[in-house]
Amino acid sequence: MVKKIEEGSHAVADVVRLLNPGVLAMYPITPSTHIPERLSEFEANGELGGKIIRVESEFSAISAVVGASARGIRAYTATSSQGLALMHEVLFAASGMRLPIVITVANRALSAPLNIFNDWQDSISERDSGWLQFYGEDSQEVVDLMIQAYKIAEDKRVLLPTMVCMDGFFLTHTYDVIDVPEDLKGFVPDYKPEHAFLDPKKPMTQGAWAMQEPYFKLRKELEEAQRSIFPVIKEVHDDFAKVFGRSYGDGLIEVYGEGDNAVVTMGSFSTNLKVLADKLGFQVIRIRCYRPFPDKELAAALKGKESVAVFEKDVSYGTGHGAVYNDVRTVYNGKMVNFIVGLGGLDVPVSALEKMYKQVPEMKDAETRWQI
Amino acid sequence: MLEVRFHGRGGQGAVTAAEVLAVAAFGDGKYSQAFGKFGPERRGAPVQSFTRVDESPIRIRQEVYEPDIVVVLDPGLMKVVNVRQGIKEGGILIINTKDKVPGAWCVDATRIALDTIGKPIVNTAMLGAFSKASGGAVSLESIIKAIKERFPGELGEKNAEAIRKASESCSLIGV
Repeated sequence: MVKKIEEGSHAVADVVRLLNPGVLAMYPITPSTHIPERLSEFEANGELGGKIIRVESEFSAISAVVGASARGIRAYTATSSQGLALMHEVLFAASGMRLPIVITVANRALSAPLNIFNDWQDSISERDSGWLQFYGEDSQEVVDLMIQAYKIAEDKRVLLPTMVCMDGFFLTHTYDVIDVPEDLKGFVPDYKPEHAFLDPKKPMTQGAWAMQEPYFKLRKELEEAQRSIFPVIKEVHDDFAKVFGRSYGDGLIEVYGEGDNAVVTMGSFSTNLKVLADKLGFQVIRIRCYRPFPDKELAAALKGKESVAVFEKDVSYGTGHGAVYNDVRTVYNGKMVNFIVGLGGLDVPVSALEKMYKQVPEMKDAETRWQI
Repeated sequence: MLEVRFHGRGGQGAVTAAEVLAVAAFGDGKYSQAFGKFGPERRGAPVQSFTRVDESPIRIRQEVYEPDIVVVLDPGLMKVVNVRQGIKEGGILIINTKDKVPGAWCVDATRIALDTIGKPIVNTAMLGAFSKASGGAVSLESIIKAIKERFPGELGEKNAEAIRKASESCSLIGV
C-alpha cells in the first residue's frame, strides 16, 4: 500500500475500480459528482472492468443497479441529497429483494431552501429503508468501509444493500493523505450469488406481489436479518484489520479517550470532538455502523456515565431531537442532551464545540440546543 | 502546523492553488490537507481556500480561522475582504500587486503570468511567491513537480516558469 494525497472522492473512485463492480449506473449530483467523473475517466482509459450505464436520473440509476444486482452482478452507484431522495422508492425494493448493492452517499442537505452543502439529513431520512448504513470519519475510513461493505453485503448471512456515507465537501472535496490499497489481496472475492433472480435458466419471481401474510413474514425477516448481522460486521472489520493493518473500534462503534462524561456522534467532525476531548477530558463514542443500530455496544459503552451529549447534523422533525439522539436514548436513561450542528454545511470548529459542550452542566435532561 | 488561507475570485484557481500546495508539501515528505470554501460558483466572486501542512497526520476538520500565511490572488480583494482577518501575530501576507504594500510580500504575479503563460492566471505564480516568502516551508522543487503533474506538457512548463519568476521577484516591503 502506498500513501498518496488526493481528493476523498477520487480515493473512493480508486477503490471502487478495484472492487470491480460489473455495472455502475450513476447520475452526477454535487457533492458526489467527482466519483462518477473519475470512474468515467477510468472507463474512457480502458481501466474499468465494469460497464457504466449513463442514466437520466437517480431513480433510473438505482433501478438499473437493482436490475444488475438481481441478475447476480456486483453493482454500484453514488449519490447525494435530492438524488438519494429520488431513489427513496427503489431503496425499499432493493432491501426487500435482499440485493447486496453498495452505494456511496456523499452527505448533503435537502431542499428547501436549496443548499448544496453537507449535513446528514439525506441518509438519515433513509434510516428505516432496510439498508445498512456506515458513516466514515475520514476518507481513509470511507475507502476501508467501501471494501468492507461489499464483503458484508454479499455475505450469505447478510444479503442486504449498504450505504457508505461520507460527509460532502468535508471529505469528498478535501485533499488528504490516504492509503488506497493497490490491490485487495483477495479480501473481497468475486460475487457469486446463490440466487440470481433474473437467470433465464432458473426462472424465479422476486419482489413481485405478496399477500398480507407472506408480506408480513418477509418484512419481519428483513428486520431479523438486520439484527442478526452484528457478528458479521465485526468479523469483516477484524479480518480487514489483519490484512490491511487498520481498525476502527470494534467495527460498530469506536470509543476514544476516557471520562465520566461522554459525547456520541458520527462522521467527519468526530475528529474535532476528539481534539476537544483531549483538552476537556470527556469520552467520544463514534457510531460507525448506524444501521443496524449497535444498541448493546452503545449501552455497554455508556453505562455509568454522568452525562451523554449527542452531536449530530440532522433533525427528526417534530420530536425535538435529532435521529441519533432518539436512537441513543433507547439504550441510556441518565442525563442526556442533544446538540444539532452543521446543518447546510455550517462549519463546526473546535471553538464552537467547546462553547456548546461547556453548556452541558446547566442543561436539563433531554434538552436540545442548536449551534446558532 | 502551518495553516494557509488563499483569497481569490471565482475562476482564478484559488482551490487549485491550495490543492497543488498540499500535493507539493506531501512531496516534501509532510502531511497536508487542502479544501475550498465552496459557495455558489460565481465567476469573479470572492472565494477562499485552505491548506494545512504538518510533520504528523492532520487531525482537524474545520476552516482555517487563524492562518500563519495569507495569499491574495487579486489585489482588488483588499478593498472588499479583510484578508488580514485572524492572521497570527508574525504571520505572513503575500499579495499579487504592482504596488508596494507595507509589511506584505508583494509580487506582480499578473505581469509574470502574462509574460510566461500568456493569461492573467496567477494561482501558480503565487505558489512560487509562497515558497520564497515562507522561507521554503514548501519547497520550490516540490511545487514545480506538483504543477507539472497537474498540468502535463507545455502548460506545466510555462507554469513552472511563472513559479520560478515569482519566487525570484517577490519581496517583503518594509513598514
